[in-house]
Amino acid sequence: MSLKAPVTFFLLIAVAGLAVFPHFSDEFYLEFFTHLMVMGIFAMSLDLLIGYTGLVSFGHAAFFGLAGYLLAIVTPQDEAVALWLSLPVCLGGAALAALVIGWFSVRTSGIYFIMITLAFAQMLFYYFNENEALGGSDGIFIFSKPFVGFGDWQIIDLANPTTVYYFVLASLVACYLLLTVMLRAPFGQVIQAIRANEHRTRALGYDTQRYKLVAFVIAGTMAGFAGYLEAVSTGIVSPGHLHWHNSGLVMMHVILGGMGTLYGPILGAFILGLLHDQVQEVTEHWHLVQGVFVIFVVLFLPRGIAGLVGRLFGRPPDLDLEENRVAGEDGNKVDAEPNGERTK
Amino acid sequence: MDLTTFLIQTLNGVQYGFLLFLVASGLTLIFGIMGIINLAHGAFYMLGAYIVYWLMGYTDNLLIAVLVGLPIMLAVGYLIERFAISYLYDRDHLYQVLLTYGLILIFNELQKIFWGTDFYSVPVPSVLGGSVTLTETQVYPVYRLFISLICMTIAAGMYVLIGRTRLGMMIRAGASNREMAQVLGINIGRVFAIVFSLGAALAAFAGMVGAPISSVYPGMGDQILIISFVVVVIGGIGSIKGAFVGAMLIGLADTFGQVLLPDFASVVVYAVMALVLLWRPQGLFGKA
Repeated sequence: MSLKAPVTFFLLIAVAGLAVFPHFSDEFYLEFFTHLMVMGIFAMSLDLLIGYTGLVSFGHAAFFGLAGYLLAIVTPQDEAVALWLSLPVCLGGAALAALVIGWFSVRTSGIYFIMITLAFAQMLFYYFNENEALGGSDGIFIFSKPFVGFGDWQIIDLANPTTVYYFVLASLVACYLLLTVMLRAPFGQVIQAIRANEHRTRALGYDTQRYKLVAFVIAGTMAGFAGYLEAVSTGIVSPGHLHWHNSGLVMMHVILGGMGTLYGPILGAFILGLLHDQVQEVTEHWHLVQGVFVIFVVLFLPRGIAGLVGRLFGRPPDLDLEENRVAGEDGNKVDAEPNGERTK
Repeated sequence: MDLTTFLIQTLNGVQYGFLLFLVASGLTLIFGIMGIINLAHGAFYMLGAYIVYWLMGYTDNLLIAVLVGLPIMLAVGYLIERFAISYLYDRDHLYQVLLTYGLILIFNELQKIFWGTDFYSVPVPSVLGGSVTLTETQVYPVYRLFISLICMTIAAGMYVLIGRTRLGMMIRAGASNREMAQVLGINIGRVFAIVFSLGAALAAFAGMVGAPISSVYPGMGDQILIISFVVVVIGGIGSIKGAFVGAMLIGLADTFGQVLLPDFASVVVYAVMALVLLWRPQGLFGKA
């Protein structure tokens, strides 16, 4: 039985539910759900790397935070900056950072890639954390929300939480559709081929490094978009946005929801976020619960909730992952030296 | 910068490099031999420092605190290897990252529960409390020299252990061909447990002897972990020699960066990493 129809059905219901949610919600949960949707976009962008290209980036928060800081930098003290101006600047900045970091990182693979992306993200974190002009470790406020309109005519008012909510919901749907189309296009097919077996893809004549770099830049830009939305909705940017715990958190969203699906990461962001909200009521030691929870997921639910759903609907277990492990990093060694079995 | 300041900063850099080496060598060994990326390694460093702080409340003697603390950390390392890491040998790096990240969250929270969020200091042992006079105005603390000396001894000990002993032979055999070593009758599971516990103890030891010069504070593990990653990446993953050279390079770069470029001090080490990677993407001593 194909999973496509039930999943599409579920997604339509979920979007409809999110669309009517503001009518039943108080302001706290409205802003909370806005945040969860932003994290959904952020997690989806990371899944493009982890789940589709096979690049385990542990520094994804860098682009999220950088775009937010850029918005704070381009927004003047006492007046609003146009969305048409600030959004391209912030996304461009995130893309540029992803290009530079990606250029260094995609030349490596496996554990190097993880460590290098983490180290570069921490470099940006320390830079902003110690930059007193940008508020240092306290972060910086954005007093005026970006202005959406022409001249004096305002189309939507981003100072209104409900408007921001719908703006973010529309962005979430748009990002989902964009990625869906992209993954069906030839480019998306190539990056998925890289994930399955980079050697064969290269042998077919594709410049895999360049494809990986482009995927890294696209993912970084989308993470920047999420960071921009987070800055717009909360009105504050802090070094915490760039911290590696944020990279770890979004990675958890991807795995919990199920990597290699686009809805999984969004689901992961919502489930972990709601769990956090509930646990907070009972105990202040959320990280303890979170730690135990993530270990549980790794040991018992490696394909995430999407994998669980797949199993419940009788789809044969997805063996991609195992293939990838053998053919990916270790495969390189097999090709490089005859007795390369040693690492397994 | 005059010659004396240069000398002092060099000594500081080397001493910091030695501490980094203790943490980074465990990290690189655990990866090189077991194929595990262990994010919780920084947490061991933090635990070492906190355990010494806690034991100093009872004994006042750093040596006794370290001698009592080390077996505790060996046991902690062993238990973690048995009950968590050992399930990850055949899994993707992604899951190793996540599980050990989960361990960090747990350790950091436990640290907060037991010791709170205050900064603590551990006194320098009185025997080593003196200073060496360099010039009329400049002195250098004996304790820092002592740390360098101890770390040098440990580095030499590791070299002998891995290169010259039977256990070292088993470790190297397990690293180069796990199945073949097993067929030849080596209990690889036990070797891995030993390597992991030793790595944990090394990191904890660095935290213990480092406690009197840096203070003991929450998040100290995260910081050392990421710097150790930089060291390991520069040196080449799996190479102890690389970890040593990388640790010295970063120790000196960080120390001199703080003196010469105070505004960009925290960025200097990453710039060094980027430069090394430009030149050799697999690290200085890494295999391509």
